[in-house]
Amino acid sequence: MTFDLADRVQTVPPSGIRRFFEIAEERDEVISLGVGEPDFSTPWAARDAAITSLEQGKTSYTANRGRKDLRVAIANYVTDRFDLGYDPDEEIIVTAGASEAVDLAFRAFVDPGETVAIAQPSYISYEPGVIFAGGEPLAVPTREEDEFRLTVSALERAGASEADMLVLCYPNNPTGAIMTEADLEPVAEFAREHDLTVLADEIYAELTYEGEHTSIATLPGMRERTIVFNGFSKAHAMTGLRLGYALGPADAIAAMNKIHQYTMLSAPTTAQYAALEALSSCGSDVREMVDQYDRRRRFVLSRFREIGMDVFEAKGAFYCFPEVPAGLTAEEFAEGVLREQGVAVVPGDVFGAGGEGHLRVSYATGLSDLREALTRIEAFVDERT
Amino acid sequence: MSEREVLELLRENARYSTADIARMTDLEEPEVDAVIEELESAGVVRGYRAVVDWDKLEDEKVRAEVELNVELDRETGYGDIAERLARFPQVKALRLVSGDYDFDMEVEGDSIREVSMFVSEKVAPVPEITQTVTHYVMTSYKEHGIELGDGDEDDRLSFSP
Repeated sequence: MTFDLADRVQTVPPSGIRRFFEIAEERDEVISLGVGEPDFSTPWAARDAAITSLEQGKTSYTANRGRKDLRVAIANYVTDRFDLGYDPDEEIIVTAGASEAVDLAFRAFVDPGETVAIAQPSYISYEPGVIFAGGEPLAVPTREEDEFRLTVSALERAGASEADMLVLCYPNNPTGAIMTEADLEPVAEFAREHDLTVLADEIYAELTYEGEHTSIATLPGMRERTIVFNGFSKAHAMTGLRLGYALGPADAIAAMNKIHQYTMLSAPTTAQYAALEALSSCGSDVREMVDQYDRRRRFVLSRFREIGMDVFEAKGAFYCFPEVPAGLTAEEFAEGVLREQGVAVVPGDVFGAGGEGHLRVSYATGLSDLREALTRIEAFVDERT
Repeated sequence: MSEREVLELLRENARYSTADIARMTDLEEPEVDAVIEELESAGVVRGYRAVVDWDKLEDEKVRAEVELNVELDRETGYGDIAERLARFPQVKALRLVSGDYDFDMEVEGDSIREVSMFVSEKVAPVPEITQTVTHYVMTSYKEHGIELGDGDEDDRLSFSP
């Protein structure tokens, strides 16, 4: 007898990464450029604060929305860094990773049958999240010739004017694309015109290597229709501590909090102490990590060009998105280079429409491993051309 | 600007190849060479050394941190004393510091005896030096920003979204 699973769970296919994971397990000395998290440990001051909080027995629940001092620190931080103004009492909720916040948003704002447009390629959780909430995902493919930025013509081609909600993630996982204020303006106008709620996943905001990150919520008329997601996983290298947050209008955050209080209760307390310290004293650690990523970014882009693979100038996150040479699919390339050369990269199709024919290459790995991995990729490509 | 970037990379790892530095800074290789040459000829970069974990070797070097107190007179300044001490090859580092003593001197030798003899016979007799306190290094945990432990394993999953 098979267990009686819910239809909306069964419709979601298993993650495309799974198969590669198994191949990598069989092989020794794999260098992984398939990783979506920093290679750095959490800055020591933040870890130390977490340890101290444990020693002091700070292990109970916190307020549903997170500790007040942390919400105040977040409010100050997003004002300083991104010009975002949110009230710590009413407009901020601290969650178990930004992922939880995104899930809360789908469940709080999407009615069954509503359409959610998703700029793709993108982080793999949005589509399943929409389906679990009973909504209908609508892929909005972006294109390499647009440097994987979301454009109004892409939105129109996909029929997003009929959608109820738009999800976008810039700096982007998996492409490394960023969107400047000028790039965001027409998208914001489209959202206003067609009355779309906007979910802006800005988890990689600090990892912007050219210019400053602009949040779409800062554009005119956008604050009241936008939820901004951010967190500590990427910039503060805290993935395993699971801590993120959402910013939005009071009624929207209250609705998200209603689900959060009945499911999560509160985000991990230890992680909240680490996060508070991260915001108060780890700015220079973050800058140092960002400098490191930027050097590696330039290194990896240079090497792909030397190898002769087309790669657009990724300016954010810690990914680049080179094109697979003619004659191979992304899947074939990723499997071949893993089996033959022991280098793990993720085929772009895993991240949805527009990702086919590309590879997500993470440079959240030390330079000596990057150097070796690129040498192996070069050998793989040379054998085929 | 590019000078700062190249300097930072050399400080991180002086063995980065010119080609790798060029890739990381978006400079051309000849430009990187020129910047390094300029840093060296201007005396900004004084040398390149390996960071060694002596615990991993059989023939360990003996190292000591020596505190020195001095008394200056009209003819002799800190610089004069420093110049005299710095010429000894056993002295690996010499710094004038604030606090309870004047100079902080790092000495290296092949044996405790050698280092002790050096301090008692070459350093202590210098007329301006009124006191020496020698601390032998027992274990080193971090040198030049590099932790000397066994390092952390990368325990990340090989694929994550």
